[in-house]
Amino acid sequence: MTIPLPPLPLASEPHPWLAAAMIAAVVLTSTTGEVLTASAMKSVGDLDLIRARAGLKGAIRAVLACPRFFVGVFFLSLSFFSLLFALNHLTLSLVAPASASLTLVTNAVAGKIFLKENVDRRRWASALLVCIGVYLLAH
Amino acid sequence: MHSISLAHPGELIAAVFTPWIAIGIALLICFFASYLTALSWADLTFVLPATAFGNIIVAFLSRFWLHETISPSRWAGIALITLGVGFVAQGPSLTERANPAEEDSTLEEAQTR
Repeated sequence: MTIPLPPLPLASEPHPWLAAAMIAAVVLTSTTGEVLTASAMKSVGDLDLIRARAGLKGAIRAVLACPRFFVGVFFLSLSFFSLLFALNHLTLSLVAPASASLTLVTNAVAGKIFLKENVDRRRWASALLVCIGVYLLAH
Repeated sequence: MHSISLAHPGELIAAVFTPWIAIGIALLICFFASYLTALSWADLTFVLPATAFGNIIVAFLSRFWLHETISPSRWAGIALITLGVGFVAQGPSLTERANPAEEDSTLEEAQTR
Protein backbone atom coordinates (compact mmCIF):
# COMPACT_ATOMS: atom_id res chain seq x y z
CA MET A 1 0.00 0.00 0.00
CA THR A 2 1.51 3.30 -1.00
CA ILE A 3 0.24 6.71 -0.14
CA PRO A 4 0.79 9.04 -3.08
CA LEU A 5 2.33 12.26 -1.86
CA PRO A 6 1.02 15.53 -3.20
CA PRO A 7 3.63 17.54 -5.08
CA LEU A 8 5.45 19.69 -2.56
CA PRO A 9 5.89 23.34 -3.34
CA LEU A 10 9.50 23.67 -2.19
CA ALA A 11 9.61 27.07 -0.61
CA SER A 12 12.85 28.96 -0.36
CA GLU A 13 15.12 27.51 2.32
CA PRO A 14 14.60 29.24 5.67
CA HIS A 15 17.41 31.26 7.21
CA PRO A 16 20.06 28.96 8.79
CA TRP A 17 19.35 30.45 12.23
CA LEU A 18 15.65 29.73 11.81
CA ALA A 19 16.45 26.15 10.76
CA ALA A 20 18.72 25.77 13.80
CA ALA A 21 15.95 27.14 16.05
CA MET A 22 13.45 24.60 14.69
CA ILE A 23 15.85 21.70 15.26
CA ALA A 24 16.72 23.07 18.71
CA ALA A 25 13.01 23.14 19.56
CA VAL A 26 12.69 19.47 18.60
CA VAL A 27 15.79 18.48 20.59
CA LEU A 28 14.89 20.51 23.69
CA THR A 29 11.27 19.36 23.94
CA SER A 30 12.29 15.76 23.32
CA THR A 31 15.05 15.87 25.96
CA THR A 32 12.69 17.47 28.50
CA GLY A 33 10.09 14.81 27.77
CA GLU A 34 12.57 11.93 28.05
CA VAL A 35 14.04 13.20 31.33
CA LEU A 36 10.60 13.79 32.88
CA THR A 37 9.33 10.38 31.74
CA ALA A 38 12.45 8.63 33.02
CA SER A 39 12.20 10.44 36.35
CA ALA A 40 8.49 9.55 36.60
CA MET A 41 9.20 5.86 35.93
CA LYS A 42 11.96 5.85 38.57
CA SER A 43 9.51 7.30 41.10
CA VAL A 44 6.92 4.65 40.21
CA GLY A 45 9.45 1.87 40.83
CA ASP A 46 10.30 -1.41 39.09
CA LEU A 47 7.28 -2.12 36.85
CA ASP A 48 8.15 -5.81 36.58
CA LEU A 49 7.86 -6.14 40.36
CA ILE A 50 4.62 -4.13 40.45
CA ARG A 51 3.19 -6.33 37.69
CA ALA A 52 4.16 -9.48 39.57
CA ARG A 53 2.42 -8.11 42.68
CA ALA A 54 -0.63 -6.27 41.29
CA GLY A 55 -0.96 -7.57 37.72
CA LEU A 56 -0.95 -5.62 34.46
CA LYS A 57 -3.87 -3.44 35.57
CA GLY A 58 -2.04 -2.55 38.76
CA ALA A 59 1.07 -1.62 36.80
CA ILE A 60 -0.93 0.59 34.41
CA ARG A 61 -2.67 2.21 37.38
CA ALA A 62 0.68 2.88 39.06
CA VAL A 63 1.96 4.68 35.95
CA LEU A 64 -1.26 6.66 35.42
CA ALA A 65 -1.23 7.79 39.06
CA CYS A 66 2.04 9.66 38.47
CA PRO A 67 1.38 13.28 37.33
CA ARG A 68 4.99 13.73 36.17
CA PHE A 69 4.42 10.95 33.63
CA PHE A 70 1.74 13.07 31.91
CA VAL A 71 3.98 16.14 31.89
CA GLY A 72 6.68 14.00 30.24
CA VAL A 73 4.26 12.63 27.64
CA PHE A 74 3.05 16.19 26.99
CA PHE A 75 6.61 17.29 26.17
CA LEU A 76 7.17 14.17 24.04
CA SER A 77 4.07 14.98 22.00
CA LEU A 78 5.21 18.62 21.79
CA SER A 79 8.48 17.31 20.38
CA PHE A 80 6.56 15.19 17.85
CA PHE A 81 4.60 18.19 16.62
CA SER A 82 7.66 20.44 16.49
CA LEU A 83 9.29 17.68 14.41
CA LEU A 84 6.34 17.78 12.02
CA PHE A 85 6.60 21.58 11.93
CA ALA A 86 10.33 21.41 11.16
CA LEU A 87 9.69 18.81 8.43
CA ASN A 88 7.17 21.19 6.92
CA HIS A 89 9.88 23.84 6.45
CA LEU A 90 13.14 21.89 6.14
CA THR A 91 14.26 18.85 4.20
CA LEU A 92 13.99 15.39 5.78
CA SER A 93 17.69 14.70 5.13
CA LEU A 94 18.59 17.60 7.44
CA VAL A 95 15.95 17.27 10.18
CA ALA A 96 15.94 13.48 10.73
CA PRO A 97 19.69 12.93 11.29
CA ALA A 98 20.22 16.20 13.15
CA SER A 99 17.38 15.78 15.64
CA ALA A 100 17.89 12.02 16.18
CA SER A 101 21.62 12.26 16.82
CA LEU A 102 21.63 15.52 18.83
CA THR A 103 18.94 14.14 21.15
CA LEU A 104 21.29 11.34 22.25
CA VAL A 105 23.99 13.78 23.35
CA THR A 106 21.63 16.26 25.06
CA ASN A 107 20.02 13.33 26.89
CA ALA A 108 23.39 12.14 28.16
CA VAL A 109 24.08 15.65 29.50
CA ALA A 110 20.56 16.02 30.94
CA GLY A 111 20.69 12.52 32.47
CA LYS A 112 23.90 13.45 34.27
CA ILE A 113 22.69 16.87 35.48
CA PHE A 114 19.01 16.28 36.27
CA LEU A 115 18.73 12.54 36.91
CA LYS A 116 22.18 12.36 38.61
CA GLU A 117 22.97 9.29 36.53
CA ASN A 118 26.51 7.98 36.55
CA VAL A 119 27.49 8.85 32.95
CA ASP A 120 30.94 7.30 32.88
CA ARG A 121 33.40 7.25 29.98
CA ARG A 122 31.76 4.13 28.58
CA ARG A 123 28.36 5.84 28.39
CA TRP A 124 29.81 9.02 26.85
CA ALA A 125 31.60 6.90 24.26
CA SER A 126 28.49 4.88 23.41
CA ALA A 127 26.32 8.03 23.25
CA LEU A 128 28.82 9.54 20.78
CA LEU A 129 29.15 6.33 18.71
CA VAL A 130 25.38 5.88 18.48
CA CYS A 131 25.00 9.62 17.73
CA ILE A 132 27.37 9.43 14.74
CA GLY A 133 25.86 6.09 13.69
CA VAL A 134 22.28 7.40 13.74
CA TYR A 135 23.44 10.47 11.81
CA LEU A 136 25.01 8.30 9.10
CA LEU A 137 22.01 5.98 8.99
CA ALA A 138 19.38 8.72 8.81
CA HIS A 139 21.23 10.88 6.32
CA MET B 1 -5.27 4.67 -0.43
CA HIS B 2 -5.41 8.23 -1.68
CA SER B 3 -3.81 11.08 0.18
CA ILE B 4 -5.46 12.41 3.30
CA SER B 5 -6.14 16.07 3.90
CA LEU B 6 -7.34 17.95 6.96
CA ALA B 7 -10.38 19.08 4.95
CA HIS B 8 -11.91 15.64 5.58
CA PRO B 9 -11.10 14.70 9.20
CA GLY B 10 -13.39 11.67 8.94
CA GLU B 11 -10.92 10.03 6.56
CA LEU B 12 -8.17 10.49 9.15
CA ILE B 13 -10.22 8.55 11.72
CA ALA B 14 -11.10 5.90 9.12
CA ALA B 15 -7.36 5.53 8.37
CA VAL B 16 -6.76 4.44 11.98
CA PHE B 17 -8.84 1.33 11.31
CA THR B 18 -6.94 0.37 8.17
CA PRO B 19 -5.32 -2.99 9.06
CA TRP B 20 -1.69 -1.92 8.49
CA ILE B 21 -2.10 1.34 10.41
CA ALA B 22 -3.97 -0.43 13.23
CA ILE B 23 -1.15 -3.00 13.51
CA GLY B 24 1.39 -0.15 13.49
CA ILE B 25 -0.42 1.67 16.31
CA ALA B 26 -0.72 -1.55 18.34
CA LEU B 27 3.02 -2.19 17.93
CA LEU B 28 3.82 1.41 18.93
CA ILE B 29 1.78 0.94 22.11
CA CYS B 30 3.77 -2.25 22.81
CA PHE B 31 6.98 -0.27 22.22
CA PHE B 32 5.98 2.47 24.65
CA ALA B 33 4.95 -0.04 27.34
CA SER B 34 8.28 -1.89 27.08
CA TYR B 35 10.18 1.41 26.96
CA LEU B 36 8.50 2.62 30.16
CA THR B 37 9.18 -0.73 31.86
CA ALA B 38 12.86 -0.48 30.90
CA LEU B 39 13.01 3.08 32.24
CA SER B 40 11.52 1.89 35.53
CA TRP B 41 14.58 -0.24 36.27
CA ALA B 42 17.38 1.18 34.10
CA ASP B 43 19.02 4.59 33.55
CA LEU B 44 17.90 6.84 30.70
CA THR B 45 21.51 7.03 29.50
CA PHE B 46 21.45 3.22 29.27
CA VAL B 47 18.02 2.78 27.67
CA LEU B 48 18.36 5.45 24.96
CA PRO B 49 21.53 4.14 23.25
CA ALA B 50 20.24 0.58 23.65
CA THR B 51 16.93 1.35 21.90
CA ALA B 52 18.91 2.90 19.02
CA PHE B 53 19.37 -0.73 17.98
CA GLY B 54 15.87 -0.39 16.51
CA ASN B 55 17.39 1.75 13.75
CA ILE B 56 19.48 -1.23 12.68
CA ILE B 57 16.43 -3.50 12.60
CA VAL B 58 14.68 -0.92 10.41
CA ALA B 59 17.70 -0.82 8.08
CA PHE B 60 17.79 -4.62 7.76
CA LEU B 61 14.02 -4.86 7.26
CA SER B 62 14.19 -2.28 4.48
CA ARG B 63 17.13 -4.17 2.96
CA PHE B 64 15.63 -7.67 2.96
CA TRP B 65 11.89 -6.99 2.98
CA LEU B 66 11.55 -3.81 0.93
CA HIS B 67 14.72 -4.58 -1.11
CA GLU B 68 16.18 -1.12 -0.61
CA THR B 69 19.90 -0.67 -1.07
CA ILE B 70 22.10 0.30 1.88
CA SER B 71 24.88 2.72 0.99
CA PRO B 72 28.41 2.26 2.44
CA SER B 73 27.93 5.25 4.79
CA ARG B 74 24.77 3.60 6.15
CA TRP B 75 26.66 0.35 6.70
CA ALA B 76 29.21 2.44 8.62
CA GLY B 77 26.34 3.89 10.67
CA ILE B 78 25.07 0.37 11.45
CA ALA B 79 28.56 -0.65 12.57
CA LEU B 80 28.91 2.40 14.85
CA ILE B 81 25.49 1.89 16.48
CA THR B 82 26.25 -1.81 17.07
CA LEU B 83 29.57 -0.83 18.64
CA GLY B 84 27.90 1.84 20.82
CA VAL B 85 25.13 -0.49 22.00
CA GLY B 86 27.67 -3.23 22.78
CA PHE B 87 29.71 -0.66 24.69
CA VAL B 88 26.87 0.56 26.91
CA ALA B 89 25.53 -2.98 27.45
CA GLN B 90 28.90 -3.99 28.98
CA GLY B 91 28.36 -1.57 31.87
CA PRO B 92 25.83 -1.44 34.70
CA SER B 93 22.24 -0.63 33.67
CA LEU B 94 21.44 1.39 36.78
CA THR B 95 23.38 4.02 38.72
CA GLU B 96 24.12 2.61 42.15
CA ARG B 97 22.54 4.75 44.83
CA ALA B 98 22.40 4.42 48.54
CA ASN B 99 18.95 3.13 49.49
CA PRO B 100 16.92 6.17 50.66
CA ALA B 101 15.68 4.19 53.67
CA GLU B 102 19.27 3.34 54.62
CA GLU B 103 20.25 6.96 54.11
CA ASP B 104 17.57 8.02 56.58
CA SER B 105 18.74 5.51 59.15
CA THR B 106 22.37 6.60 58.80
CA LEU B 107 21.20 10.20 59.14
CA GLU B 108 19.33 9.32 62.33
CA GLU B 109 22.37 7.48 63.63
CA ALA B 110 24.49 10.54 62.93
CA GLN B 111 22.00 12.75 64.73
CA THR B 112 21.76 10.53 67.80
CA ARG B 113 25.52 10.37 68.02
